[in-house]
Amino acid sequence: MTAKGIPSLLIKGGQVIDPAAKINAPMDVLLRDGRVAEVALPSKIRGGVDEKFDARGLIVAPGFIDLHVHLREPGQNYKETIASGTTAAAAGGFTSVCTMPNTLPVVDTAEWVSWLRNPERGAVVNVFPIAAATRGSRGGTVTDFSALQRAGAVAVTDDGKPILDDDVMRMALLLGAELNFPVVQHAEDTRLTENCSMNAGPTSFRLGLRAMPAFAEAAIVDRDVTLAQQIRESRLHVAHLSTSDALKAVRRGKRARARVTCEVTPHHFTLIDENVGEYDTNFKMNPPLRSAADLEAILVALGDGTVDAIATDHAPHAAHEKEVEFERAAFGITGLETALALAITKLHREHRIPLVRIVELFTSGPARVFDLHGRGSLARGSFADVTIFDSKKRWTFDAAKSHSMSRNTPFDGWQFTGKVVATIVGGEIVHQEG
Amino acid sequence: MHEHPSQALLDAVTILKHKKSFRGLQATIIGDIFHSRVARSACHLLTRFGVKLTLCGPPEFVPDVAATLAPGLRVTRHIEDALRGTDVIMLLRVQKERLAGQKIRLQDYIARYQMTAARLKLAKRDAIVMHPGPIIRGLELTAEVADGPQSVIVDEVHNGVPTRMAILARALGKAR
Repeated sequence: MTAKGIPSLLIKGGQVIDPAAKINAPMDVLLRDGRVAEVALPSKIRGGVDEKFDARGLIVAPGFIDLHVHLREPGQNYKETIASGTTAAAAGGFTSVCTMPNTLPVVDTAEWVSWLRNPERGAVVNVFPIAAATRGSRGGTVTDFSALQRAGAVAVTDDGKPILDDDVMRMALLLGAELNFPVVQHAEDTRLTENCSMNAGPTSFRLGLRAMPAFAEAAIVDRDVTLAQQIRESRLHVAHLSTSDALKAVRRGKRARARVTCEVTPHHFTLIDENVGEYDTNFKMNPPLRSAADLEAILVALGDGTVDAIATDHAPHAAHEKEVEFERAAFGITGLETALALAITKLHREHRIPLVRIVELFTSGPARVFDLHGRGSLARGSFADVTIFDSKKRWTFDAAKSHSMSRNTPFDGWQFTGKVVATIVGGEIVHQEG
Repeated sequence: MHEHPSQALLDAVTILKHKKSFRGLQATIIGDIFHSRVARSACHLLTRFGVKLTLCGPPEFVPDVAATLAPGLRVTRHIEDALRGTDVIMLLRVQKERLAGQKIRLQDYIARYQMTAARLKLAKRDAIVMHPGPIIRGLELTAEVADGPQSVIVDEVHNGVPTRMAILARALGKAR
C-alpha cells in the first residue's frame, strides 16, 4: 500500500501521542511517499507540501492495529467482506487488521493467505492474515508454518477452537520458535463447555443456560504458559483473555521471561455476564462476558502493562443468525467502530487510565505482538499509517449507520466520548469525519 | 425457558388451600432445579411472601449457585436435612434425556433423593406433597407417596384451571 505519487500530507497543530517514541507533545507530522518523513515541533516543517490537515485540538497517533478480526472471507460474504470490514475498520481508526482463519474454507494454505492479501479483495486498510495452526483447524496435524509465513501470514491460530492436544500445542510452539512465529490460542477447554452459551454464575443459573466456567479458559492458558516457558524462543499469544485466573497465568509467564503476550476486547473491559439480561443475543460471544471480579482484574491488567493490546474480536453475523433463541444464536459481536470510543469512555474517563497507555494498547503494543515492523509508531521512516481522533467529542453510536454489513452490537444507542476524525493508510486518507 | 409464572401461582393457591398463611412456612423443593422453570418461579414467588425455602438435590441439579436465585434460599445435598420440619414438599420431574452428559446415574438419584413413605415421616405430620406433573412413580417418588393421604398432586392439577382462568381474565381486563 506504499506508493510514489501519493500527495505529501502535513498534519498540523495536533497533539502527537507516539508511545513507542515516548512522544506526547504538540507536533507536526509530514507524510511523503507512503512513509513518515518528519515529526517536528509546531511550524518547524518547511518546504512545499501538497496537502495540509488541520489537527488543532486533536490527537495524532500511529495508525491503530487490531490483532483480531473476522472479515468472513472466503466463504461467508453475507456476514462481511474484506471490503466492508476494512471500511468499518477505517471508520474505527484502524489502519491494520489481522484476520482470523476460521473461514470457509479455513485459511490453512499459503494460497489462501495470498488470496486474502490480493488487492482485488478491495481492502482499504492493511490486512495481515493469521493462518490456521492445524489443517482445517481440526487440531490434529500442524500446517506448513514456513510456507504460511513466507506467503505473508503474521501468526497461526485455530481461533474459534482451541488446540487441546498437549502434543499438538507443543509441536506448534516448537515450530513457531524456529520461525519466530507467534502461536495464538483461543483458550477454552471445550470438554467443559459443550453446549454452553454464557459464563457460569448466578445469571446463567437464573436464565437456565448451560454455562462455561472461568476455569475452562484459565486451565488452557495455564498449560500453554507452562509449555511456552519450557520451549525456548517460543511465542504464545493469548487471544481475547477474559478471566482473572488466566491473567495470573500470563503474569507468571511474563515474570519468567517467557514470550507470552495477551489481548483484551473492549466488551470484556466494559460488560459483565449480568448484562445478558433477558437473553439478548447481542451479548453472546465466546469467550463470554464474565463476572464483575473478572472485569476488575482486566482493568488492573490494562493499567499495569500485563495486557499487550486491545483487540476487537470483530465478529459480524447476519440477523437470521442472531435473532433466534439464545442457545442457538451465533457467538460474537461487531466491534471495529466502537473500540476507541469504549476505551476512552470506559478506560480513560471512568477508570483514569492515561491516554498514552490507551494509544499504546492500540499501536506499539499490538505491533510488537506480531512483529509488524514499521507500524505502531510515527518514527521517521515508518509506514504513513496515522489515526487522528478527538478525545473529547461526545457522540451516540447508531448501529444502523455502521459500515459493517452486520448489526450485531450490544452498543447500539450508547453515548460515547472520543471519536475518530481521520484514518490515514500509507499516506492516503481512507476515512474522514464528514 | 427459565420461568413458569402460572405454575407458581397455582402452586401458591394450592398451598393456601391447605395452609393458613405463607408466613413462617417451611418449603422444600427436591430435584432438577437447574432444568426447572417451575422451581425458578416458585423461588421468586414463595420467598417474596416469607416462605423459608430449601433446595435439595445432587450438585448437577442443584449447584451452590442456585442459592442466588432469590434471597434467603438454602441449598442442601441431604434429603433428610431438607425434609426435617418442612410444611410443603415440592417434587420435580426427573427427565432422563436431561441426564445425558451428566455424571449422575438414575439409580443413585433414586437411592438418595426419591420421596418415600419413610422419608416423608421426617417432615411435619401435616406436610403436603406437591408435584407439577407428570409424575413418574418409582422415580422421584414412590406410588405409596403419590397416592397417599399427604399428596395434594391431583388437587394441584385441578387448581391450574381456575388459576389460569383468572390470569386470562385479568390479562383481558375482565377481572374485578
